[in-house]
Amino acid sequence: MLITELKNKEVIQCQLRGKVFVLVCHGCKEVHFPEQEAEELIQELSAAGSVTGTLVTDYICNPEILTQRLQKHEAAIGDADTLLVLSCGVGVQTAADKYPGKRVIPGCDTYRLPGFQGVTPLQYDCQQCGECYLNLTGGICPLTACSKSLVNGQCGGAKNGKCEVDPNMDCGWERIQKRLESLGRLDALKCPVQLRNYATDSELDKE
Amino acid sequence: MRITELFDNGEFVVTAEVGPPKGIHVGHLVDEAKEYLSGITAVNVTDNQSSVMRMGSLPTCVALKNVGLTPILQLTCRDRNRIALQSELLGAAMLGIENILCLTGDHTKMGDHPGAKPVFDLDSVSLLHTACQLEKGVDLSGQALVGEPPKFAKGAVVSPCSNSVDAQLVKMERKVMAGAEYFQTQAVFDSEKFIRFMEKAKQFGKPVQLGVIIPKSAGMAKFMNNHVAGVHVPQRMIDALAADKERAKAGITGVEIAAQIIKECRPYCQGVHIMALGWEAKVPEVLKLAGI
Ligand code: SF4
Repeated sequence: MLITELKNKEVIQCQLRGKVFVLVCHGCKEVHFPEQEAEELIQELSAAGSVTGTLVTDYICNPEILTQRLQKHEAAIGDADTLLVLSCGVGVQTAADKYPGKRVIPGCDTYRLPGFQGVTPLQYDCQQCGECYLNLTGGICPLTACSKSLVNGQCGGAKNGKCEVDPNMDCGWERIQKRLESLGRLDALKCPVQLRNYATDSELDKE
Repeated sequence: MRITELFDNGEFVVTAEVGPPKGIHVGHLVDEAKEYLSGITAVNVTDNQSSVMRMGSLPTCVALKNVGLTPILQLTCRDRNRIALQSELLGAAMLGIENILCLTGDHTKMGDHPGAKPVFDLDSVSLLHTACQLEKGVDLSGQALVGEPPKFAKGAVVSPCSNSVDAQLVKMERKVMAGAEYFQTQAVFDSEKFIRFMEKAKQFGKPVQLGVIIPKSAGMAKFMNNHVAGVHVPQRMIDALAADKERAKAGITGVEIAAQIIKECRPYCQGVHIMALGWEAKVPEVLKLAGI
């Protein structure tokens, strides 16, 4: 199970560029989804005139469902410079892969809760780390796409674009590099040194 | 002595690398280092290289320091979390080890304990940042250190001939941002590639030591091409090694190849780092032939 919390508003705001399409997923919301905060954020953005469209839907973690749901909104998404996704990390990755040329930004952090895991196709994985990195990495998760879960860039082990641990697996950081390059977002990697915080999930467990 | 002082003086800095034994006897390693590596600036001591369990880097550094050599402590993030890494750095400073090389480390699956837990709590970038924090007198959680803080020459690595050279340059920049003061490279066999890399890397303004491996045979060269990240031995060198097996075995061909690469790259770098892989005895010959 999982809990999503909205990221700090300033953190979200500074990631947005131009017009925004907001995609909200209520798929697993029986556990927790910051509905009210999300609503407020959408209203603020709309008031500023920067929203081309909004879709509140469910199970965007499934690429087929996502494609179906978004069919009617393609024009509004086409008009947007940023796709803001309020969902768990899997939903963000599914959307980022569907629109590799678009700036896809996660609006939530996902925390882990013990118990039943969501019914997601296993194409993408979210470690529910509580400090979503997908805004720094073009929507490819460095924790699940890199064998060492590195958060500060590629190690020296990649050979021919493959990971040192598994020659059948693409190096996650090579994918991130290419994605950011094609998005013209390499500056995202000039962020400060990243340190993981392993306290986040266990502290929530105790609540 | 911190090797950064030598770079600052414009010296061409030569280092080599030794690996601690799987056991408790360092006598042989120390004797060989004394005999063949006394003429160079400093000696790297690897940290469970290739994830193969060996004696620690720090005690081996101390053994080398005791016979008058300048050791460089290699520190990887594979086996220790941020508490143990900081603790190790403080211990190194207490023992007079002033040169460090911060690495992420190979994955545990690559070595002789594939079932071990890979830690990677920090990585090369955050480890450099950690060393800088300690130098400022605080630890990673902001607690003050007692007394005078440590001071290190902080090094890092980069892989100039990697097929992911752009990702490597991004990472290099992150390392500089995090506090890297000098770089040692993965082994280079293609001088042109290295020179092209240096044209881009020089913007960071940090000294770079060319990484050199003395190739022992055509088989070893082919193995590296297939299995070692960031290393590519051109076919003409493999042919030269295969052409006269006796010459290759005696190390003559390998020494010539290594010296040639150093000569070609010397104008573009600030030093050389030799990974002799057991051929420490050949290091003086390589340097002599390269005119260093
Ligand atoms: S090779 Fe790539 S995916 Fe594999 S551990 Fe290194 S950075 Fe991560």
